[in-house]
Amino acid sequence: MSAAPPAAIRARGIPVRWGAAALLFLLASLVLGLGIGPVNLGAGPIVESTLSHLPFVHVHSPLSGADDAVLWQLRAPRVVLGALVGGMLAIAGSAYQGVFRNPLADPYLLGVAAGAGLGATIAIAYGRAGGSGSLLPVAAFAGAALGVSLAYGLGRSVGGARMSGALILAGVTVAAFMTAVQTFVQQQRSQSLRDVFAWLLGGFATATWHDVAISAPYIVVSATLLLLHRRVLDVLSLGDDEAASLGLEVRRVRLIVVVAATAGTAAAVAVSGLIGFVGIIVPHTIRLLVSPSYRAVVPLSLVVGAGFLVCTDVLARTVLSPSEIPIGVVTAFFGAPFFAAVLRTTRGAGL
Amino acid sequence: MSALELHHVEVQLGRAEIVRGVSASVEHGEWVALIGPNGAGKTTMLRAVAGLVPFDGAIAVDGMPVSAATRRELARRIALVPQIPHIPEELTVAEYVLLGRTPYIPYLAMEGGSDRRAAAEALERLGLRPFAERRLGSLSGGELQRVVLARALAQEAPLLLLDEPTSALDLGRQQQVLELVDELRRNGGLTVLSTMHDLSLAGQYADRLLLLDAGRIEAAGSPVEVLSEATLAAYYGASVRIVRENGHVFVLPRRRELA
Repeated sequence: MSAAPPAAIRARGIPVRWGAAALLFLLASLVLGLGIGPVNLGAGPIVESTLSHLPFVHVHSPLSGADDAVLWQLRAPRVVLGALVGGMLAIAGSAYQGVFRNPLADPYLLGVAAGAGLGATIAIAYGRAGGSGSLLPVAAFAGAALGVSLAYGLGRSVGGARMSGALILAGVTVAAFMTAVQTFVQQQRSQSLRDVFAWLLGGFATATWHDVAISAPYIVVSATLLLLHRRVLDVLSLGDDEAASLGLEVRRVRLIVVVAATAGTAAAVAVSGLIGFVGIIVPHTIRLLVSPSYRAVVPLSLVVGAGFLVCTDVLARTVLSPSEIPIGVVTAFFGAPFFAAVLRTTRGAGL
Repeated sequence: MSALELHHVEVQLGRAEIVRGVSASVEHGEWVALIGPNGAGKTTMLRAVAGLVPFDGAIAVDGMPVSAATRRELARRIALVPQIPHIPEELTVAEYVLLGRTPYIPYLAMEGGSDRRAAAEALERLGLRPFAERRLGSLSGGELQRVVLARALAQEAPLLLLDEPTSALDLGRQQQVLELVDELRRNGGLTVLSTMHDLSLAGQYADRLLLLDAGRIEAAGSPVEVLSEATLAAYYGASVRIVRENGHVFVLPRRRELA
């Protein structure tokens, strides 16, 4: 033993400049999302109007009643919902990648999103017509949980837990099957076809504060749980045996993280439809730029994912304006090549 | 009370019986090496002690039954260095060694000051302080093996299980690592149970050898007692010459005379 204890060492965590950059990116994308649209409101009035809606701040909104409604009843819920969903899909992606030790894991590719889609479709098709929709996240969660369990079980039985390729192939298989069932249900109940389609194409065109209210509680709880697991996910990166020999109940941890990520994803899918690749693009960008430690990847995925999807939504509604591109098309347009790049760099990881 | 006691331990993986009725004990501060031919059950034996595979019989660490302990309790008493550790290449040495503090950190918390100090001390003792900020992927095999030992040391467990600690190292690095383990054992009060395939090294560093074959202990005792030409011929099917010098035993592989 040395006489004087050596100075403590520490883990990197989130470097300040990257944390600040991520928050700035989110803030900028929120302003962009609020500011861009068919009606030009101007950045100054938007900021003043925002301030006027805060308690204890006495600023008078310069916007007319109609403009104020455009801002707060149309654009704001859309932007907030986009941020919630984007943050959730990205943080869920990082969590799945951690617990499955699989760089390709993503809510979309694991069958989670398709399962949630099936659950939601059944709820819409067979649920009480014009129901409140609060059943939607629950049904979506049931489907999502079924999807990820099937994918994991199938992937394991085929290739063992560490085979990246087997898990993803299983996920895609499960997703295809669930999408087929979903389409069948949707065609069979053609009277609710319009509702299902509106939901499926998803995106945020019809976003309301009600959507925010029904999804936010799930997303907040799920994201908080995942944030708390960021160090544990680093321990899991040592493999099941070593994580267990360090005192972790590996199976229980995996279950908690998967349930949390799946519940959050299901809530996100229930209000936004199927949006793929966010869970791949965002965490991997952070790994490359900042650090592969989950201490950085998990929290930054939440923040950057939120900003990313808000920006993507701005693209979706402006590129072919006045018509909109489904946002899932935009994310796939960027995400699929990105996925190919990740695939190429992880050939060694058991594919 | 022994540091480790095994009583009629049996391990079955699928249909195969890997360990059959092993009884043995390891005293505090002792270094015991498990030797035996490939597939004899050495690694499985270690994994059973670490509580990583289900077993029949009884294993007790410092009198605490392994099968009744929680993972966290076990991790505070037993540190395992696997033969091929998972190395997350992008983590720094400091981050990796800090993971060794997991048994002391509340489930959803981050490490505290005492954890950072313990990890720093482990680095210091293995002469790794200058490496703290290096990425694992940038280290050589010998450096990496020391880093993995540092993680086990940060775990502050009195029983150290080493699975083939030197299999990936050149001769000089093998000796360095084994000297290091011996130093930790003598000055840090550790008890060591290791598997080793190099019999000469096993004979020089371990106090006692347990020879495992087909899941049974076939010979046990000091290196001089266990390492004989007849025993190695019987269980390894090997032709060797044994050289004894100053109480040490060296095992030299010898090609059979052609008829």
